[in-house]
Amino acid sequence: MMQQAVPPSEPLLAVDDLVVEYPVGQRTVHAVSGVSLQIARGETLGLVGESGCGKSTLGRAVLQLRRPTSGRVLFDGHDLTAMQGDALRMMRRRVQLIFQDPIASLNPRRKIGDIVAEPLVIAGIKDAEKRRELVYEVLSAVGLDPALVVGRLPHEFSGGQCQRICIARALILNPEFIVCDEPVSALDVSIRAQILNLLEEMKGRFGLTLLFIAHDLAVVKAVSDRVAVMYLGRLCEVGPSEQLFARPAHPYTALLIEAIPVPDPDIRPAVSVPVGEPPSPIAPPSGCRFRTRCPRADAQCSKEVPELRAVAPGQFAACHHPLI
Amino acid sequence: MSGNTLLSVEDVTVDLPTPRGNLRAVDRVNLTVGAGQTLGIVGESGCGKTMLSRAILQLLPKKAKLSGRVMFDGQDLFQLPAERLRRLRGRSLAVVFQDPMTSLNPVLTIGTQLIETLQEHLELDDATASRRSVELLTAVGIPAPEQRLGQYPHQLSGGMRQRVAIAIALSCEPKLLIADEPTTALDVTIQAQILDLLAREQRRRHMAMIIITHDLGVVAGRTDDVAVMYAGRVVERAPTPALFKKMRMPYTEALLAALPKLDAAPHTPLPAISGRPPDPTRPLQGCSFSPRCRYAAARCKNEKPALTEAESREHQYACFYPIEVHAEAGA
Repeated sequence: MMQQAVPPSEPLLAVDDLVVEYPVGQRTVHAVSGVSLQIARGETLGLVGESGCGKSTLGRAVLQLRRPTSGRVLFDGHDLTAMQGDALRMMRRRVQLIFQDPIASLNPRRKIGDIVAEPLVIAGIKDAEKRRELVYEVLSAVGLDPALVVGRLPHEFSGGQCQRICIARALILNPEFIVCDEPVSALDVSIRAQILNLLEEMKGRFGLTLLFIAHDLAVVKAVSDRVAVMYLGRLCEVGPSEQLFARPAHPYTALLIEAIPVPDPDIRPAVSVPVGEPPSPIAPPSGCRFRTRCPRADAQCSKEVPELRAVAPGQFAACHHPLI
Repeated sequence: MSGNTLLSVEDVTVDLPTPRGNLRAVDRVNLTVGAGQTLGIVGESGCGKTMLSRAILQLLPKKAKLSGRVMFDGQDLFQLPAERLRRLRGRSLAVVFQDPMTSLNPVLTIGTQLIETLQEHLELDDATASRRSVELLTAVGIPAPEQRLGQYPHQLSGGMRQRVAIAIALSCEPKLLIADEPTTALDVTIQAQILDLLAREQRRRHMAMIIITHDLGVVAGRTDDVAVMYAGRVVERAPTPALFKKMRMPYTEALLAALPKLDAAPHTPLPAISGRPPDPTRPLQGCSFSPRCRYAAARCKNEKPALTEAESREHQYACFYPIEVHAEAGA
């Protein structure tokens, strides 16, 4: 078993050698290929990578919304991959998901009050007065005026407000763990900051543990204690946020950091970004999957799959020729 | 503006009738772009930046009401007969959209679309047009260009499609390229490649460019001038270094502050801008940003600030209480 990035305390979530594959015609998409990671209680783990790298699939497989092909997902000691039916449904109260497109995630024909109360109905809370009380409480927590909001329909709200509603719905059952899948990438800059601040505030207030999936490194760094970098279904690097950004060990992490446009005219954009695009997850390269775009790749990289190895305290990289 | 002016946008206003009343998408905008220069237009969704570019290109919805004047290369675009305008677009005035599928035809091969453009505007014979197409695809970094000519857009990745759209836009050596969020739909490593490509081709061809984006990071290192738009108006415009060093408009300041910074420690609260942009069908009497502005005073609610010159004629802002004044008042 490969070494894992071990967080400082007992993990709330442990993903162990997770594989997700699905058929496309006669072929197989290798969406997630042997990912292991752990998230401590109260921690935010950022998961970054470009589109198609498998980060959203991983998020869904963690919640069993897509059943993994193999591997285990231990939540608070329970193996979610072995659970079915009612047991899994009970467990789902403790884990929630927030999506990228807040408007599309709300049923356009239902009133906000009903949308936010729905998880309570599913959880079997029959007392309507109690439900109303909880809905009002959680809507105020996310910065909305419950009296003005409950009777209205989603189209009456902006993207930022809809994301607040989605967050309220995710919080109403008092979950312990939330997967946030690109929660701010559809929002404008001025609204994005509001939602990021709200997520941070809610995390403190509800004692949440977060898996925060995004493609924007600056956004991920703003909220994450540790960051995991994914490329074409595999984990490249995991480490404490500050450390990872200051001294990336994997060439792909370094490339991602270099490619971010910085709002400072004195910093000329990097010119060393290599031409090329990620290969298809249907036919990933042998050995290290990043080797086809990597300036450091050699013969070993095409033969051996690099495993995650410690490169610094708490920092792990899957590279035969790490930068540190 | 240095050099000779290629494009000048004069008092352009775009009104769109909607069921909820008139929507003023662009409100008396003035801008200039010099030959070979790059102007960045920055703003959030609904600020009018795309409508402004459509007004320049005369690609507005039919019901839109347009006023003002756009002078391009000595011609008044609003007065030009349709046929002359059509010849101009694609020839000396080209555009790249956010989604390359907006401009690519899904049922025609890449080669057909490139060759068609070249033959339409430059009257090249088949062999020359086909050779030029291969050269263009090579220039925009597409591997195996000869094979690509026979492929359809759906066979290419998003980044490759955008390269093709850029190749078509560049094919007739335009004098001005309008790039409307050219990299927003792309991944960050692909975005960097496409922006580098645009910058390289621009230098080589001495082409002027307007980059429309919501990302201050994209304009910072890659433009000569920046115009910041809010609620249909230009609220600040300046040479790029001056804008980032001495911004005057509180909205510009707030927009930059709200960006997560790579050099900030995790869990640093972001200075968010409270509220949201005003409803464009209900224009405010005063400054459109005043309901969200931390410096707003009574005058801001009642009176609309005009663009005022800062220390140079190039740097203008629309604010009664610009940033420097606060700093002095606070000192």
